[in-house]
Amino acid sequence: MPALEDYKGRKPAWCPGCGNFMILKAFNEAMVELGLNPHEFVIVSGIGQAGKFPHYTRCHTFNGLHGRTLPVATGIKLVNHRLKVFAVAGDGDCYGEGGNHLIHAIRRNIDVKLFVHDNQIYGLTKGQASPTTMKGVVTKTQPFGVFSEQFNPLAMAIALNCSFVARAFAGDIEHLKSVIKEAVNHKGFALVDILQPCVSFNKINTFEWYRQRVYKLEKDYDPSDRTRAFEKALEWGERIPIGVIYKAERLTFEEQIPVIREKSLVEQNVQFNVKKLIEKFL
Amino acid sequence: MDYTIKIGGEAGQGIQTVGDILSHIFARAGYHVFTHQDYESRIRGGHNFYQIRISDKPVTASRSKVDIIVALDKESITEHEKELSPQGHVLYDSTFLKEKYDKPHFLDVPLFELAQTHGGSKIMANTVAVGAVIGMLGMNPEIMYETLRKTFKKKGEEVIDANLKSSKAGYEYARKQCLTCSFMVSGFASPKLLITGNEAIGFGAIASGLKFYSAYPMTPSTGIFNFVAENARDFGIVVEQAEDEIAAVNMAIGASFAGVRAMTGTSGGGFALMVEGISLAGMTETPLVIALAQRPGPATGLPTRTEQADLLFALYAGHGEFPKVIFAPGSPEQAVYLTNKAFDLAEKYQITAIILTDQYLADSQWSYEGFDLSKLKYNDYRLRGDKFRRLNYYARHSFTETGVSPLLVPGDSVHLVVTDSDEHDEEGHIIEDAETRIKMVEKRLFRKMPLIKREIEPPILYGESSPQIVLLCWGSMYGIVKEVVDKLSEKYKIAMLHFSELYPMPEDMGWLEILKNAKLCINIEQNATGQFARLLKMETGFSIEKHINRFDGRAFTVDELKEKVYACIGRL
Ligand SMILES: Cc1ncc(C[n+]2csc(CCOP(=O)(O)OP(=O)(O)O)c2C)c(N)n1
Ligand code: SF4
Repeated sequence: MPALEDYKGRKPAWCPGCGNFMILKAFNEAMVELGLNPHEFVIVSGIGQAGKFPHYTRCHTFNGLHGRTLPVATGIKLVNHRLKVFAVAGDGDCYGEGGNHLIHAIRRNIDVKLFVHDNQIYGLTKGQASPTTMKGVVTKTQPFGVFSEQFNPLAMAIALNCSFVARAFAGDIEHLKSVIKEAVNHKGFALVDILQPCVSFNKINTFEWYRQRVYKLEKDYDPSDRTRAFEKALEWGERIPIGVIYKAERLTFEEQIPVIREKSLVEQNVQFNVKKLIEKFL
Repeated sequence: MDYTIKIGGEAGQGIQTVGDILSHIFARAGYHVFTHQDYESRIRGGHNFYQIRISDKPVTASRSKVDIIVALDKESITEHEKELSPQGHVLYDSTFLKEKYDKPHFLDVPLFELAQTHGGSKIMANTVAVGAVIGMLGMNPEIMYETLRKTFKKKGEEVIDANLKSSKAGYEYARKQCLTCSFMVSGFASPKLLITGNEAIGFGAIASGLKFYSAYPMTPSTGIFNFVAENARDFGIVVEQAEDEIAAVNMAIGASFAGVRAMTGTSGGGFALMVEGISLAGMTETPLVIALAQRPGPATGLPTRTEQADLLFALYAGHGEFPKVIFAPGSPEQAVYLTNKAFDLAEKYQITAIILTDQYLADSQWSYEGFDLSKLKYNDYRLRGDKFRRLNYYARHSFTETGVSPLLVPGDSVHLVVTDSDEHDEEGHIIEDAETRIKMVEKRLFRKMPLIKREIEPPILYGESSPQIVLLCWGSMYGIVKEVVDKLSEKYKIAMLHFSELYPMPEDMGWLEILKNAKLCINIEQNATGQFARLLKMETGFSIEKHINRFDGRAFTVDELKEKVYACIGRL
């Protein structure tokens, strides 16, 4: 059984008080409680404060490019579907630079769990607006305020029939941990949007701001009701729901590929009998 | 015997079908075959052609003179009649073209009528045309029947029968009516393989243990994608059509990181999108193979035509400094072996290998007796299973004498495999200190590069061993230049120096003496700026004065290139 010490990674370079620390704590505890050892999963990440996450825990790590987390994760999962594959990204990374990949990862329903550290701002590049920044917010690069509509990842994911859609809040570690665990146990693609206060650049969506607004979904909430889920996904402002908003049963992408039904690709021997193949050219 | 048959018509008329069936009949008959295609970027209409050259000696390029034109549209006659050889003939259907040509070398075959009466459907007109060509050539029809049977095997007896009858009708009609046909074909020999450049790359990849192919369709690379997908089930390959080329290359990188041989293929615009990923593969030292099938640019350019203008782009693809290899096969045969070598070197040195082809090679078919499969190499350079588990300590990017760190498969043991697109330490974790940075650059670039150079073969010298005239070329120009050398070698001490392993240049540079000692070096490229000559100058300091560049999107025929070379020699 793994213990918390097994998850002690490098010293984080995040700002003191950043919401990322709480996500890290919740994640490590979730792994221990799930009994997952560091070598049993891989974290793929991109660039940004969130992208550094895997270095601060312990696991197989592919820390790739800004926005390109999901294609790499997809490649890994298709080769070795016995391995648990997690993707960690920032809101800019995943909803901005990598938006197209998100749409298609959801469509595929590849068994990858995506944890988005959504601080509604670009942290690492010092405070520009991200797709989830609220309309009207003024930044150095948006001097007249943000004109574009605030991106709603949950509503988009539900529209695409994403098989697992959840929101959590870094300030509620216990609840976040339970959502992470549920996502890991889910079969199929899971999007977990984690509200993560950035204490350095986001002076609006602070811990206090979120605390006043977030509420947990009611006990009798039925996440399989897509219409209701959509309504919940649209709730933003005075009240912001957290929890598993939508869940659907879908075949995973890798389950449908005949070539890897019996054995994962990495477990299969290479076949070199190409004589038959040559005959196709006769 | 050296005949050329040109099938011309609009897209959608079945030029490809007629051409493919004919070329397969010739290859099965044991003739040497070379085909090339010229088509527009549209699904119907326009004017396209498919050109087949057959001979009893090896052929590696197209000629300008045509012996039989199968004209499915009027443009095939107006545009190509002038290409007819003295004994040349045009096969057409006057009711279909709504025009009658009263010239002795025109053979009017009622393709549609014969199709209707013998095959039971107008669709069989193409098969009637196939039969008529075989009849005009005076070839025994036996192999034609065999080939048609094989081609339509999956479609059932009825379809086979209709095709056999149609071809027979065309055959007999031509035998009777073409009184001026005086072709003489040689007897049958043992059947030959017929393979395109794209298929050869796909074949080479599968024979090298390819397990994962992700791509986004783009002409002219799509043939590789199709070929791998067709064989995915038999060879246990996962094939994925990515949402774009950025995803395609990143998926392949993920797959390679996870422990299998992975590849992607594309053309110029798609390659532009992949450049970011190539740099990622460079930093994370992930083995990666990319087929870059060139077509004329910039931007979307001429989507279905040919050019060799992405060499320097491929060379510089990716920001930062890291090693890579670039191969440019000159024939399907070279494509098989070089694809194998690309996989081997990519994994051995944990680098990106680019296979640079173009539309001309991608689509042209060559015939072979077979390939020497024993020349194909497979070494699994990854430490797996027990070898991995026995390690006491593992760091993905550990410093070694060769710069190559052990490559492991995540999940295979308790050791963690960590890598990063940021500069990292031996364990793969982000660093910023100057000292580690310097050591990592030395490891990735300076240690590996000299070792890679030792693996590179010098260019092929064909023709005179101490030539006065050297024709330099690379990639798909091989077959054309080779035949030009054959034609001119009676008059001149001439040779071809063909480069297929373009970068890095080999450690052994002995071949430079050939250039230095020659009276005249002519560099031949299908681009406007002589990119290879620039690379050569950059790497060796040797400059070439004379250039033949073609950049209209069409490949040279042997005769056209010969004239250009003559003109250069004339100015000697
Ligand atoms: C292709 C590319 N474009 C831009 C950047 C610069 N960049 C680094 S992180 C980042 C945005 C980070 O924001 P987010 O993804 O929200 O992550 P956070 O830092 O807030 O966790 C940008 C634009 C980059 N590294 N790569
Ligand atoms: S900039 Fe914001 S997101 Fe980044 S570490 Fe600091 S507080 Fe956290």
